[in-house]
Parts: sequence; structure tokens; C-alpha cells
Amino acid sequence: MAKVVFTPGNDVSTDAIYPGRYMATVLPSETPQYAFADNKEFNTKLREGILPPGSIIVGGKNFGCGSSREQAVSALKGHELVIVAKGFARIFLQNGINLGLQMVVCPDIEASEGDGLDISAKEVINRTSGKRFSISPLPAARQQIIDAGGLIPYTRKRIMAQARAD
Amino acid sequence: MNMGMTIVEKILARASGAATVKAGDVVEPRVDLAMSHENAALVINQFMEIYEGTSQVPNVWDPSKVAIIFDHRVPAESSKTASNQKKIREFVAAQRITKFHDIRGDVGGICHQILPENGYVRPGFVVVGTDSHTTTHGALGAFSFGIGATEMASVWALGAALNIEVPATIKVNVTGRFGKFVGPKDLILHLIGRISAQGANFKVIEFHGPVIRKMSTSGRLVLCNMSVEAGATAGIVPADEETRRFLHDEAGVNGRINAVEPDADAVYEKKVDIDVSDLVPQVACPHTVDNVKAVSQVKGTKVHQVVIGSCTNGRLEDLEIAARILKGKKVASNTRMLVFPASAKIYAQALEKGIIGEFMKAGAVIMNPGCGPCLGIHEGALGDGEIALSTTNRNFRGRMGNPNSEVYLCSPAVAAVSAIKGVITDPAKGGN
Repeated sequence: MAKVVFTPGNDVSTDAIYPGRYMATVLPSETPQYAFADNKEFNTKLREGILPPGSIIVGGKNFGCGSSREQAVSALKGHELVIVAKGFARIFLQNGINLGLQMVVCPDIEASEGDGLDISAKEVINRTSGKRFSISPLPAARQQIIDAGGLIPYTRKRIMAQARAD
Repeated sequence: MNMGMTIVEKILARASGAATVKAGDVVEPRVDLAMSHENAALVINQFMEIYEGTSQVPNVWDPSKVAIIFDHRVPAESSKTASNQKKIREFVAAQRITKFHDIRGDVGGICHQILPENGYVRPGFVVVGTDSHTTTHGALGAFSFGIGATEMASVWALGAALNIEVPATIKVNVTGRFGKFVGPKDLILHLIGRISAQGANFKVIEFHGPVIRKMSTSGRLVLCNMSVEAGATAGIVPADEETRRFLHDEAGVNGRINAVEPDADAVYEKKVDIDVSDLVPQVACPHTVDNVKAVSQVKGTKVHQVVIGSCTNGRLEDLEIAARILKGKKVASNTRMLVFPASAKIYAQALEKGIIGEFMKAGAVIMNPGCGPCLGIHEGALGDGEIALSTTNRNFRGRMGNPNSEVYLCSPAVAAVSAIKGVITDPAKGGN
């Protein structure tokens, strides 16, 4: 079981997750310090490292909307956060799959900060409220990328296969 | 019998070597153009990582199909950005990438203006870009969508976009006639307000109808640019005579241009009809783009900063509309007005037409072409409690560099008349 540490609501934009003024910082090793930088309270918790790996952000609809900036994904992944949302914006979802961010699409999720969640392949169980919520699968088209552990290893495999074929 | 195809289905069938594809199929389309801006610094990093331990040489699949345009932080606001730009310049030279636009007063500008004005995008192309507003290029009849940096690294390596699910299409049919001071920006804000910020998530918006046919490419670019604000993978306008005129006369393209049109029996997920005859100027209110109201509902709101420009509304037509309203008038005291043309070419044209002079006489500050204040990176930030009225495309909290400020989005006409009054004003009642 892991704890819900933040519930930012619907339409969380990548500007909120990773403000534009930090975009010159690109390396996944350097982006996590700016995760939710404009939310001082949550950003401080993240930077102080007091949230255990696997801590959960529960978002509403359209999580990660807006800019395609991949820093928004690497910043969250760097803190080993799990994102449970009613829905994700397309580019964020793809970036998340490409980089191996833990994301769960859970259209009816109800949870508050401090709740404990158990996440299985099929459902999310809120141990605090006792309610169960079913999970929608990630896009099947992307399963090979997920299975390969992300787009970099997947593309690397494809390059090697191509080289062998040539 | 095969079902008819939408434009994007036809483009993806061609690009993936299939006779037909339909929404939901998974394809790997060949990419005709792959665009990045300063975030190429991250793409390069990911690209090199792909090749680690492979003994293969990291070369982009086709340097003539890669475009890199500096626009997000020009000129560099920090040594970090300058160093990123230097790294990209070196990569461009080593890889012999030809479609490179550096920080220049002759050929520089915002990527979503540089691509169309140089004829880099043609009808039927598959275009990917590491920028969400890559949807812009659907205005030329291409399937054009935003991707992340790692996905771009994969495209650079393989020349194809991997594991792409063919999106379903929403058909938007636009009829009627725009009133005075109402145009493409009001239409797209209205549509986003109507279907919501996620109303077209994972879908394509195909624009049809007599209003679209009569619309300039400049206006179509506005519609497709902001389609992503409804969550759309892409916006697209079927190419026609206007597309050919633009590409031949303005973008210097020679030779035949083949349009891709949807089949008459194409399958659409949904159809939306809009009659623009009664449409009034629209304003997207803080802090989401789908919080759209008629200008009359927010009139009188004090504005501290008016911004005209960006990949949405920084084109010559936009500047002309604003300059016409501002001519002989002054920007209100306690309101500052910033204008940033979308490209050096547009800047030069505006200069020649006397538009820049009109702006300056009115008290507006002219900034160099680039993304400028739109995303709060390095110029035009807002103070605590301040309000901006802007022709840009996003009003998320903190977008203009300060989470304790507010951004309203509107057309160039509403922006210009409001700059004179210092408060949000309906241009039809602006005292002209």
C-alpha cells in the first residue's frame, strides 16, 4: 500500500508540473528539483526527499495537458512517483510510456491526500474509504514499448534488428 | 467493400505502405519532416543514448528531413541556454542538417511560422515536432502532431514514428459569415469552449465548410495551432486553391502540389456544426483555455499587459488588424503593450507597411520574433496580481512566469482595442 501525497484536480498542465522557465534544464538527472516548482509546499516535500518511492499523485481528467516538454515526465519519474488519474493528455501519456513513468488510468478514482491505495493490474483499492475502482488499460499500440522498458531500449532493439537485416 | 477514409487515414495509409487504414489500427508511418527547437538539446542526449552499446554510428536517418529552429529563448537569456544552443549548432553542422534557423534577423522566427513560410510542409506530409503546437501545420493539409524528445530521438534514428494508433476524426463544419472584428481566433476559442480542453483528446479535428474555404492560410494556421488546446492529436484543413496560392506565392514552392481529400463516405466519430454569423469576440478566461466567454461578459477587466504575437496570432494579418485599430491612438497609461512578430520575414513586411511605426507611435514595445512572453521564459513576465490579455494560446496558472497572475486569451482585435482602453473591451463598442 502506498499513500496519496497530492491531489491537484483536473487539467494539470505541464506548465504546472514543470514551469517553462526551467526548460533550459533538460537532463533527467537534473529536472526532478523543479517538479511542481510553483507549488512551494509540495515541491519542498519532494526536494527534501521525505516522500517514500511509490508515493501517489491522484489527478483528475486531462492530466499533463499542454506543452510536450518531456521534463514534466522525467521530473516526476525522478521522484519515483506513481500517477493515478481519471485520464491523461495524449503527449504526456506517450512521454510517460516512453520514459517508463508509472501511470494508472482510473476513470472513476476517488481519493484524498493521506489515503492509502493498493494498485493491482485490474483495480485500485482505496484502503481508507474501502472503495474499489477499475483501471483502463494503457494504449495497446504502445505495449511493445512498455514491455521493452521504454522507447530508448525499444528503438535500440529496432536499430540492431535493422543492422542485422542490412 | 472498404469504408471511405478521412484525410489522416489516407495520409497514414500512404506513409505506412498500406492500401487502407482505419481509426484504431496501429501503424509506423514514414516521417516527411521532423521539427525541434531548443529542446533538441534533450533530443540529442536521448539520441546518443539509443546508440550506446550498439556499435552503430549515431546519424539522423535523413538530414534533409530534420528541421531545427531556435525560438523559445532567443537571444539566449542565460549561459545555460546559450550552451544548449551551442551544442545544437555543433550537432547541426556535424549531421549536415539543412533546415536550421539560428537566431537571425533575416530568416529566424517561431518554428510554427518558419515551417510554413519556407514551404517545408506540403499537403499529405507526416510531420512530427517536439512541440505541442506542431498541430499548426495541419493548416496545409498535412498530418502534423506533437511528440516528446525521446520519441523524436527514435524518429531521428529510424525515420518513422513507431506504434502510432490511427486517430479517429471529428468533422467540424463551419458555415455563415464572420461579423466585423470576429475571426479565426474567436472560432477556435468558441470550439474549445464548446467541446472542452479534452474534448478532442486522441482525435483529429478536420475543418470543413464555406467559412474555411474562404479563410486565408494565416487564419487556418490559427485553427490548427489551437486544436491541441481541445486535446486534439492534430487539426487539419483539406488543401485547396488557397493552399496552392500560399505555397507557390508566399512560400516559394515550385511545381505541382497534390492535395489529399477525405472520401465522401469517410467515417467520422462525431460531427460538429458551427454557424459563425452570430459569433461575437471570445475570451478564454483564467486558468484554462476552455473557460471561454463572450467579450461582453468580461468587459471592464483591468489589463496590465497586452501581448500580440506568437505562433497563434503573430502573422502579418494579425498585426495589420491590430495596427488599424491602434492607428493614431495611444496605449492606456498603466497598461503596457508588447508585440512580437512570428518571424523575421513578417517583421520586415510589417516594417515596410508602416505597421511597426504605428505600434511604436501608440506606445507598444516591439520585441524580436520568438516565443517571447507566451511561456514565461525570459521576457514579459507578469507581476504579482497582474492581468495579461494576450493573443497567445495558453492561460494556465503561471504560464507567463508568475503563478500569482492571470492570463486572458483573445484575438488581435480585442487585444488592440483593450490596450487603448486599459480594460477588456468589445471592439464593436471600442469607440472607433
